[in-house]
Amino acid sequence: MNLVTFSGPPSSGKTSIILKTIEALKMRGVSVGVVKFDCLYTDDDILYEKANVPVKKGLSGSLCPDHFFVSNIEEVVQWGKKLDLDLLITESAGLCNRCSPYIKGIKSVCVIDNLSGINTPKKIGPMLKSADIVVITKGDIVSQAEREVFLSRVNSVNPRAISMHINGLTGQGAYELSTLLYDEDENIDTVQGKELKFPMPSALCSYCLGETRIGEAYQMGNIRKMKLGDEDEK
Amino acid sequence: MKNRVNSIKIGELKQKYPFIMDYFAANKLNIDGYEDYSFKEYLEHFTEEEKEQWAIDTEVLMEGLTLYINQMLEFLGIKEETSVKSLTILAGRDKSGDREGFEKIDIKSGEIISIVGPTGSGKSRLLADIEWAAQNDTPTGRTILINDEVPDKKWRFSSNNRLVAQLSQNMNFVMDLTVHEFLTLHAKSRMVENEEEVVKNIIDAANNLAGEKFDLNTPITSLSGGQSRALMIADTAILSSSPIVLIDEIENAGIDRKKALHLLVSSDKIVLMATHDPILALMGDRRIVIKNGGIKDIIEISDEEKEVLLQLEKMDSIIQKMRNGLRNGEKLEMCNDCYRS
Repeated sequence: MNLVTFSGPPSSGKTSIILKTIEALKMRGVSVGVVKFDCLYTDDDILYEKANVPVKKGLSGSLCPDHFFVSNIEEVVQWGKKLDLDLLITESAGLCNRCSPYIKGIKSVCVIDNLSGINTPKKIGPMLKSADIVVITKGDIVSQAEREVFLSRVNSVNPRAISMHINGLTGQGAYELSTLLYDEDENIDTVQGKELKFPMPSALCSYCLGETRIGEAYQMGNIRKMKLGDEDEK
Repeated sequence: MKNRVNSIKIGELKQKYPFIMDYFAANKLNIDGYEDYSFKEYLEHFTEEEKEQWAIDTEVLMEGLTLYINQMLEFLGIKEETSVKSLTILAGRDKSGDREGFEKIDIKSGEIISIVGPTGSGKSRLLADIEWAAQNDTPTGRTILINDEVPDKKWRFSSNNRLVAQLSQNMNFVMDLTVHEFLTLHAKSRMVENEEEVVKNIIDAANNLAGEKFDLNTPITSLSGGQSRALMIADTAILSSSPIVLIDEIENAGIDRKKALHLLVSSDKIVLMATHDPILALMGDRRIVIKNGGIKDIIEISDEEKEVLLQLEKMDSIIQKMRNGLRNGEKLEMCNDCYRS
């Protein structure tokens, strides 16, 4: 089985892109399943069901969604194997722009859209920087110049990645993406022992543990204070 | 190469490859005061805590710098060789698997080809085939040749050299910038040398197309539909590196469409234009008819159609005149020779 992790900011078009790409993969007889990770709510699983794609969803609730992802990925892989899938896709929303669910040796795709502003590539951390493929969406509604500028910004943040424009509505470009995702000779049986491409931030403070009161007296653990009035950016 | 770049002093690198400042800026690395450090040493000066706090991945950054330099050098080199002179499409199949109604179509730079066919008939697929430089490896089985040869893979993956630029009716400017800031930003990303001159050329060209003139300090988001279209076309003609331009309709208001096409063609672009507006469609030297996912036919414009075009243009100019009259607060008058050709 092949495994691919998709991630990207909310509403960037991940699900549309995955659905269009699956259409193209199905034409080639590749069986695909999806596991959707989200935080509080998603009904994308219904969209996948409608398209006859085997799907599971995981809501992280009160946990950090990316931590939740890592803690569950091995079980997810075993689910995919049980269904005898050729390709398993995981989809997760990057919520704080700091984490990424990418695993070393596993193909990673980041989906971002042209409407999100030209500084967005700068703001998104490892989710964009360590992706193998960057898919840029919503190019049909912004000018050619903005597409070019946006693409060059993406490239300067992550020159290693293959970046491509895909139209989530018409599917233009999705077939091309599908050829990059599935490789017959590749086989993942387990991700046990594999490593994340980039460590997730360490955060364990009193608020992680349910504290709601504000003030020094209630703050424990990994606490950092911002320097007000000082240069706080590196 | 990998180790070499990362062990050269940043100050020296900066002199040799000024564009790397963009890489540092995009990755939020402030190298001021570290000119005597190599990039590797610079990255090593961060503490583990800082690396974690700012999500600094030293391996990826070092690998990226080398790649970035190579890509930019390649890009700067390509600018000199004027690349695409012809585009050839070899036939594939339609949605039913039947052979398309042509064998081969050659399109030269400076040529305008119209594309007609109902919505959903396969225009997007045709465009995707060209953009991807299909080699009998897409659902249509078409093959694309550039300058009569199998194209270099760079067209598929390069960030700086894409085959197709697109202009469509639904496109808008979304950035919060003035016309001048916007064009300068685009010129910078294309690394042109004489920015100010290029920016001025684009504005002049755009004003030449637009019904109502605008200036450098207008925010791009407050341009009218016609002005936006004019600016997009002028910018694509002059600044985009893509040799092929796909136009999805140009509305018949606030912009001189004939001049617009002429501008693109004079920049040696290949223009593909999806339209059902007879004036635009007949401006093409040939038109591709798409049906059921395949190219059904290629029609060369006939002498009679050229006459039709003249007639249509006359009618169009009357409407334009009346539109301008309205804009200037005039009363419209009956036009006596409107229906004579």
